[in-house]
Amino acid sequence: MTSSKWQFQTDQTLVESHGLKFDEFEKIVEGLGREPNLTELGIFSAMWNEHCSYKSSKFWLKKLPTSGDRVVQGPGENAGVIDIDDGDVAVFKMESHNHPSFLEPYQGAATGVGGILRDVFTMGARPVANLNALRFGEPNHPKTKHLLSGVVSGIGGYGNCIGVPTVGGEVNFHPSYNGNILVNAMTVGIAKRDKIFYSAAAGIGNPVVYVGSKTGRDGIHGATMASAEFDEDSEEKKPTVQVGDPFTEKLLLEACLELMKEEAIIAIQDMGAAGLTSSSIEMASKGNVGLEINLSKVPMRAQNMSAYELMLSESQERMLMVLDPSKETMAREIFQKWDLEFEVIGRVTDTKKLILIMNGKEEASIPINILVEDAPEYQRDYIIEEPSPIKEYLPEDFDQSEIIPDLLTMIAHPDLCSRKWIWEQYDHMVMADTVVRPGSDAAVVRVHGSNKGLAISTDCSPVYCKHNPYEGGKHAVVETWRNLVASGALPIAITDCMNFGNPEKPEIMGQFVECIRGMGDACSKLNYPVVSGNVSLYNETNGEGIYPTPAIGGVGLIKDLSNVKTISLKGEGNYLCIVGKSNNHLGNSKYMTIIQKKEDGGTPAINLDEELANGHFVLELINKQLVMSSHDVGEGGILIAVAEMCIAGNLGLNIDEDKEFSHRYFFGENQSRYLIEIKQENFEQIKQLAKSKNISFEKLGEVNQENIRINKSNIIKVSELKHYYERGISEI
Amino acid sequence: MKTHVVVFPGSNCDRDVAVAIEKIIGSLPKMVWHKDTSIDQSDLIVVPGGFSYGDYLRCGAMASTSPIMKSVIENAIKGVPVLGICNGFQILIESGLLQGALMRNSSLSFICRDVIIKTTNSKSIFTNKSKISKMPIAHNEGNFFASDDQIKKMEDNEQIAFQYCNENGDINDESNPNGSIKNIAGILNQNKNVLGMMPHPERAAENIHGCEDGKTIFESILN
Repeated sequence: MTSSKWQFQTDQTLVESHGLKFDEFEKIVEGLGREPNLTELGIFSAMWNEHCSYKSSKFWLKKLPTSGDRVVQGPGENAGVIDIDDGDVAVFKMESHNHPSFLEPYQGAATGVGGILRDVFTMGARPVANLNALRFGEPNHPKTKHLLSGVVSGIGGYGNCIGVPTVGGEVNFHPSYNGNILVNAMTVGIAKRDKIFYSAAAGIGNPVVYVGSKTGRDGIHGATMASAEFDEDSEEKKPTVQVGDPFTEKLLLEACLELMKEEAIIAIQDMGAAGLTSSSIEMASKGNVGLEINLSKVPMRAQNMSAYELMLSESQERMLMVLDPSKETMAREIFQKWDLEFEVIGRVTDTKKLILIMNGKEEASIPINILVEDAPEYQRDYIIEEPSPIKEYLPEDFDQSEIIPDLLTMIAHPDLCSRKWIWEQYDHMVMADTVVRPGSDAAVVRVHGSNKGLAISTDCSPVYCKHNPYEGGKHAVVETWRNLVASGALPIAITDCMNFGNPEKPEIMGQFVECIRGMGDACSKLNYPVVSGNVSLYNETNGEGIYPTPAIGGVGLIKDLSNVKTISLKGEGNYLCIVGKSNNHLGNSKYMTIIQKKEDGGTPAINLDEELANGHFVLELINKQLVMSSHDVGEGGILIAVAEMCIAGNLGLNIDEDKEFSHRYFFGENQSRYLIEIKQENFEQIKQLAKSKNISFEKLGEVNQENIRINKSNIIKVSELKHYYERGISEI
Repeated sequence: MKTHVVVFPGSNCDRDVAVAIEKIIGSLPKMVWHKDTSIDQSDLIVVPGGFSYGDYLRCGAMASTSPIMKSVIENAIKGVPVLGICNGFQILIESGLLQGALMRNSSLSFICRDVIIKTTNSKSIFTNKSKISKMPIAHNEGNFFASDDQIKKMEDNEQIAFQYCNENGDINDESNPNGSIKNIAGILNQNKNVLGMMPHPERAAENIHGCEDGKTIFESILN
């Protein structure tokens, strides 16, 4: 359908099929002073889609706190960088690969891992850990099993082969993801602070070098596809999914790190979403220079590729670099040693334009600033909906004799059961620096050759976000913070992966705005800034949006690895104590969603002052060597946390009988709480310390050999509990 | 003691095993690039784990034809100890230094976890310090197979080095992680100077690994 105001030569449906709106096209014509040709239209489409331009989210993302004492590089580069002492830095980022993974779970997930790995080693860091945050539809949905097994083997297939351990992650199931799963992959790398590489091109006349795999026709328009909703015909978009080759990526990783030891690279950028287009424009824009690229020189996998195809291909395992010309021969030798392509395809120019030549003919000439600075930015309309009301539940609202049976049902549920079936498919020990394996609060990896480590955790509670996006945003940040603290780490910074529905709907935009506000408040209070991130919008199928899912990846530093804590109980006779107030909030808890099968009762509010104080108190106890094991109280409340500690340690717990025997006490999920195992003889000392700091601290019970005992008629053997726990995910 | 670690494109446990060797044996091994053609005077050659050539074609098949393998084979024939771990075991089989085949795990998925192995032949240069050990495995193709005849000959000649077992040392189906025939986790060549094993001793070689049983393999060679 052509609109009456369309006065251009270019076919309107062609423009629309590139995901560009009328006024966006007008803007292109105005900027160029003429209508774009097809190649240029493709380039604008790739740069101005939501995925690459952040046009709906940019305004709000700027409100997040991004600086701190240890922040070396905040958002805006390939990954964030934090200082971890001794001249070392940690480089990390999380990124989504949702749409491709729904279409083709193995390759979608695999190339998600490949892409985030490249973001990290582009900066000069050796990747040392992979994590993920996964969301699938209901366990019994006909697609879930296929998608889950495909995604898990894709993540493993890539990470295992390249030899970077996949040390942790999270997975949840909810009907809102039935038609749009989420695959968020995170990589953490380690570099030297004075050896970080950036993407700003410099030095007029310097060679622009293409390295890695050849370019094929795969993944053309991937980023545009990822910026649109799904419908019944989305299966037809399968050809836009890229195919990964972890072996080539391993070679590329080693070759890049080898070259990075020399003073040869002036700028480097990986070819991720929108391939050669976004990498070249990014480098030119950051360096405030122009680039002239001879596309005939690009190593090609397919025959007769057009300029349009070359610029929009998302073939994997490729990098673009600007080299010191005197080092070109040496660099070429390194890449030849690793059997990789190495081709000078262009030069840095002073034109501030991207000029593309193919077979001697100019195929495109676009001023960089039109593509980047003049990219559309929207302040979309938003509506903030009233949060679901908080309800108070009484002990008599639920049948107390069902507490133990309910515990068994909950611990066997796919949202709470053991994830062993997943992480046994990931090599989580390669590099031989894994200190805490998957299954604890946070994964811990040693900084190679030292006695310090990084604790890393991913988390999010979409149900909380849906019912109160502000508090939900706080939750996502704080849950990772608490996981790091419970592991004995000083939390430093986060990366975020903002997965939402269609931002053109005011209520979805409202969720985004409120989640950001909650995250920002939590980050500021906890001195836990955002250093990198990614936004994935249009996660909708047939007009149904996913629950708001701001997945967070947190990184913390453990200065002395002997202070690492895990969740496994250590010894009979020790006391298990609760740090933090128990307010019996049962609304939207796992008990409500799993047992009562409803989302009701509101999202618990987080008092950030208490959160901070409780966390610092736990860290102080850990640093004073007073804690044997620790675990944050999260989904499922106290009793699930106790069960997890008992199963991990193969020990039991006699719970003191003075506790309120109710669902709301045992399964309530109010926040800012930890369970810590301490020696009996230290109890009074810790109690006094807590009192002096005005921190709520109480004994929950005493560790025993084999069962969880609430009272004389409510006892469950840990071995039986374990049986339920481990049945878990493999049965989906 | 002079040690060498062969590095193929796609090897990813080369550094890990080098670190373990340096810690246990006391000197850093020499890393040998697969395109090199000779290894002179070695007391131990390690073919490490990983995904040499991306496991394309068949695990270990392409690496077994790398230039360096000629020298590895010559050294093995001379009696130099050669240790293949995981993908290294697959490469040694493909190169003909060891017998049998490593097929896909019976679960058809990659498995990474601790296993317990029993030392079946505790007289070889690699195994004289170990009895029952805990070590991680991490592989997709570790399902060892050999014909009845081959197995019989290997048993008669004491070539079976390790078998998967439970904590008590019982060798049974429950303790077999990948479907290997006779729970075989590692085998020796006829002269007992070449060992291939699926478990990773370098990942159980220091305190932070939670288990140090892997050290025994290297200590045994030192012995």
